[in-house]
Amino acid sequence: MTEIPKEEFILKCTSACAGCSSSLSLRYVLKAAGPETVLVIPACCTSVIQGVYPRTALRVPVYNIAFAAAAACASGMSASYQKKGMKMNVIVYAGDGGTVDIGLQALSGAFERETHFLHICYDNEAYGNTGMQRSGSTPLGAITSTTPSGKIHPKKDIDQIVEAHRPPYMATACSAYPLDLFQKVKTALSIEGSKFIHLLSPCPPGWRYPTEKSIEVGKLAVKTGAWILWEREHGSLRISGPSRAAMKTPLPLEEYLKIQGRFQAITLEQVQELQHSITRTMERIRCELEKPCT
Amino acid sequence: MHLIATGNKGVAEAVLQAQPDVVAAYPITPQTEIVEQIAAFISEKRLDCQYIPVESEHSAMAACIGASATGARTFTATSSHGLLYMHEMLHWAAGARVPVVMANVNRALGPGWNVWAEHTDAFSQRDTGWLQVFASTVQEVYDTMLMAFRIAEDEKVLLPMMVNLDGFSLSHTMQPMEKIETGTFIPPFSLPHAIDTLHPVAYGPLTGPDEYFRFRADMERSMRSSRLVIRDTEAEFARLFGRTYRETEEYQVEDADVLLVAMGTFGKEAEVAVDKLRKEGIKAGSLRVRWFRPFPRLDLAGRDIVVIDRGYSFGFGGVLSMSIRATSRAEPYSVIAGLGGQEVTYHDMADFVRDRKPGKEYWFGVKDDV
Repeated sequence: MTEIPKEEFILKCTSACAGCSSSLSLRYVLKAAGPETVLVIPACCTSVIQGVYPRTALRVPVYNIAFAAAAACASGMSASYQKKGMKMNVIVYAGDGGTVDIGLQALSGAFERETHFLHICYDNEAYGNTGMQRSGSTPLGAITSTTPSGKIHPKKDIDQIVEAHRPPYMATACSAYPLDLFQKVKTALSIEGSKFIHLLSPCPPGWRYPTEKSIEVGKLAVKTGAWILWEREHGSLRISGPSRAAMKTPLPLEEYLKIQGRFQAITLEQVQELQHSITRTMERIRCELEKPCT
Repeated sequence: MHLIATGNKGVAEAVLQAQPDVVAAYPITPQTEIVEQIAAFISEKRLDCQYIPVESEHSAMAACIGASATGARTFTATSSHGLLYMHEMLHWAAGARVPVVMANVNRALGPGWNVWAEHTDAFSQRDTGWLQVFASTVQEVYDTMLMAFRIAEDEKVLLPMMVNLDGFSLSHTMQPMEKIETGTFIPPFSLPHAIDTLHPVAYGPLTGPDEYFRFRADMERSMRSSRLVIRDTEAEFARLFGRTYRETEEYQVEDADVLLVAMGTFGKEAEVAVDKLRKEGIKAGSLRVRWFRPFPRLDLAGRDIVVIDRGYSFGFGGVLSMSIRATSRAEPYSVIAGLGGQEVTYHDMADFVRDRKPGKEYWFGVKDDV
């Protein structure tokens, strides 16, 4: 069993909401990365969670940068450390807005240039920091403050977009499975080049469920197949432990939807469309696993 | 060493000598030659530098900020829309106190598409906290670029700096240029607040009004102290290399009854107009404003002046003209000329002086009144 270090890099008294799973995940990200790390944070919940000047809740340097600019800022840092001959974990910890929407161009550029860094998208499927407006990553049918009767467009598939850049390592993770996340961050940081981890981060105020249910919601996402845990190293796909059972016999999707208030206006057709999307994704994965890419 | 070079070549040669650690840039006419030349220097192994071929100017400046924050000497070059696309990050660079050095080849803004010289691109970045200087010859471009690294990186400044040169009329115009041995003129770069994992801090986190206000006041303090650093650097440059630069360049000013005031290449053209006017018996002089930020302290109260503006603030006036009006209590004749690369000769400038109407504004080449 992997030993998770006792050393903490995220201190007590952050400004996170109760039940915040992105700060829980950051705890494991930093345990995996260790002290030789620079975190690059675009505008997102972590801009707030890290604390207010002159204090910081993080024991690694944190560089805050404008919303669209995280991956580009990391490119500059990475280039500088390369010039200095220094080994450094340059990690972007960005929300879904700063990754799939406004941050996408910089992300794509950095991956095309094979920048040596790790981009983690903690995805709470909306603009959480500004009060839960719809993002490109919001799923079909979800209520947000700008989709008061539910989103009519499906979630953008950022994984396929990133995959099109052929990165040496990419993975999905979920805050409900910290050991899986820890191992994936370790693996990502051991590989040269641009790495991507897409991390599902259930959000109590945004998804409208009680604060103590963050882990339960995350587990239901995985068990219903709404979120599939996998990793892709040098093109080769592997299903992660917690998702293996769900790939065979997923729980009904409704188990995941009904626990969250944001899906209270979802239509039957939309539930079916979400279910079809899960089935299609699973089929695609199975197909690839049976006939691996050469 | 003497050579014949364009303004773009002058920038690249100075950057080669300043030996930046990281260059991040995106192509745009008429700047592209600068980054092509730097890429060639790296490929020829004359420059040991990380070149980041970014996917946008916004990312160019973000990458420069990230690199500079780790203590790297950084450079980028842009123009026109590229500069505007960077705008958010220009504010960020200044606020983060990273002394990125940039060459901006002044060019008009769309629509319609126009690649020719105009100063509106740089004027639009007036309030970003960047030092801004405008050159008028290839030699001055080269010399000023060398000084830029020393000025911006000085501990009393630590603000980013933009060296402006007019598109085509300077960027692509060949002129004689002397390359110098800079020796220790540009000291090694050391950023006092560089990222250090042994002393982890948060850069640019949530900041309350009181501290935020103090940071902004500190930027202005540094902008003010940059005047002294600029003066010392220009004096040291003159002592070592024999060419003198000041915040303004004066020509036949002392006994002049009327002054032509302009920036960039127009400022040099104005000197020719002065010669022509003096032959006609008009005692003219010229004052070329070199530094735009910090803006020079001019003593022009009561003087008869004609300001030629290559950039305009709609609903307000010519940017240089209004700046002079505000800082000198002068009532200039404001000529708006040269937008979008409009040709303005020294004959035209002599006409501006002859036909001047103090306190009035005139759009050169526009038949109807504006």
